Amino acid sequence: MKYVDEFRDRGKADALVAEIDKLVSTIDIAARRPIHIMEVCGGHTHSIFRYGVEGMLPKEIQLIHGPGCPVCVLPMGRVDDCIAIAEHANVIFTTFGDAMRVPGSRKSLSQARADGADVRMVYSPMDALTLARNNPDREVVFFGLGFETTMPSTALTVLQAESEGIANFSVFCNHITIVPTIKAILDSPDVHIDGFLGPGHVSMVIGTAPYEFIAQYYRKPLVVAGFEPLDVLQSIWMVLKQIREQRADVENQYARVVQGTGNVAALQAISRVYELRPFFEWRGLGSIDHSGVRIRDEYARFDTERKFAIPNVRIADPKSCQCGEVLKGVIKPWQCKLFGSACTPETPLGALMVSSEGACAAYHQYGGFKKQAGAA
Amino acid sequence: MCLGIPGRIVKIDDASRKLATVDVAGVKRQINIACIVNDAHPIDACVGDWVLVHVGFAMARIDEQQAEETLRILKELGEAQEQLEAMRLSAAG
Ligand code: SF4
Repeated sequence: MKYVDEFRDRGKADALVAEIDKLVSTIDIAARRPIHIMEVCGGHTHSIFRYGVEGMLPKEIQLIHGPGCPVCVLPMGRVDDCIAIAEHANVIFTTFGDAMRVPGSRKSLSQARADGADVRMVYSPMDALTLARNNPDREVVFFGLGFETTMPSTALTVLQAESEGIANFSVFCNHITIVPTIKAILDSPDVHIDGFLGPGHVSMVIGTAPYEFIAQYYRKPLVVAGFEPLDVLQSIWMVLKQIREQRADVENQYARVVQGTGNVAALQAISRVYELRPFFEWRGLGSIDHSGVRIRDEYARFDTERKFAIPNVRIADPKSCQCGEVLKGVIKPWQCKLFGSACTPETPLGALMVSSEGACAAYHQYGGFKKQAGAA
Repeated sequence: MCLGIPGRIVKIDDASRKLATVDVAGVKRQINIACIVNDAHPIDACVGDWVLVHVGFAMARIDEQQAEETLRILKELGEAQEQLEAMRLSAAG
């Protein structure tokens, strides 16, 4: 176990793994095939690979690395839209650094910048607003990206822009919402999942109630998990315990940060500024009903989609890319024909290879090849 | 951008706009604390709080020990460096 030495508390990790082994031995695996547990959040994916969590688990448990990395599910056409906006002479296009290298059909934002577009990385949407304040003769566009974790920050920035009467600031709103996405995955016929690790920081905002339908209607356990390796192990144990006891409940392992009710102020900002879109396009997963938000009419003047003509291009993923199957856990990253050959972290074809939270990049970085060799 | 980074509120800059200076592993920058202020925890009570900061917004209060532990893990994950660099650049920019 290469990485396990770095655990803050080796003893605790070993004890948890032993408990997991014990539990698994009491579950009738034959009836269940391997047990598939999906971690929804990219932060978990990163942590699982960084600490070699998969290698510590009994072989009866398979982790499926879900769609919870907002950068990884950006369709190519959306990147092209960003570039089209950024290429307007008067625009300063601002984005989190994570999105810079995601490939569009012709180029990435980072290449667009090299070609002369004014693209700037910001740490916070507030920095984009500051740019707007300081450059009144330019149009500043902020690329709003992320799940409910970052949604409130963009909303509060729009409210701030309104209260200051800043007219040259707008948001290209690409925020996405996790719950309809989990539902789409559960409804997908080729997918088999026995339980979920719920996203910690999304849940910090939305609370635990929105997941109840997963337990009630789909009869799948969900445990909201922290992102530290011991959190992940403990949460896996909690999921297994539910399976063992034939329960399906929503449980909260990350109670030190996540409250059942979520963050009220953040939720208020979200509902003031956004409304659900009828559907939204995801890379690899296609269109998912009600999975994205847009800016409400009241704040239309801060909506990039209404300020600019957006090409709204739809571009199919390259034919041999299997990002969708990887996202749904139908195949492992190293089973994609492009993995490690045409598609590498240096020259990514799919977004799963771009971000360190993407399953393909994580496999590539932390011993994916070993697995590939072992499985061949 | 999805993992928060812990910091400590050192000063309230603008009570009406809910802006405060937060020290994140030695990097000081202004962040928005609207999401952690409420009737039970008014803005004046926030100085000294440890908070989880996501893209310039404090999203949850945490305790000090947990803050240290989280920071340590983020460093190992390579996340802390990236975020601190982004903060430093934007504080300078
Ligand atoms: S290897 Fe590349 S193309 Fe294949 S699934 Fe992963 S990111 Fe997509």
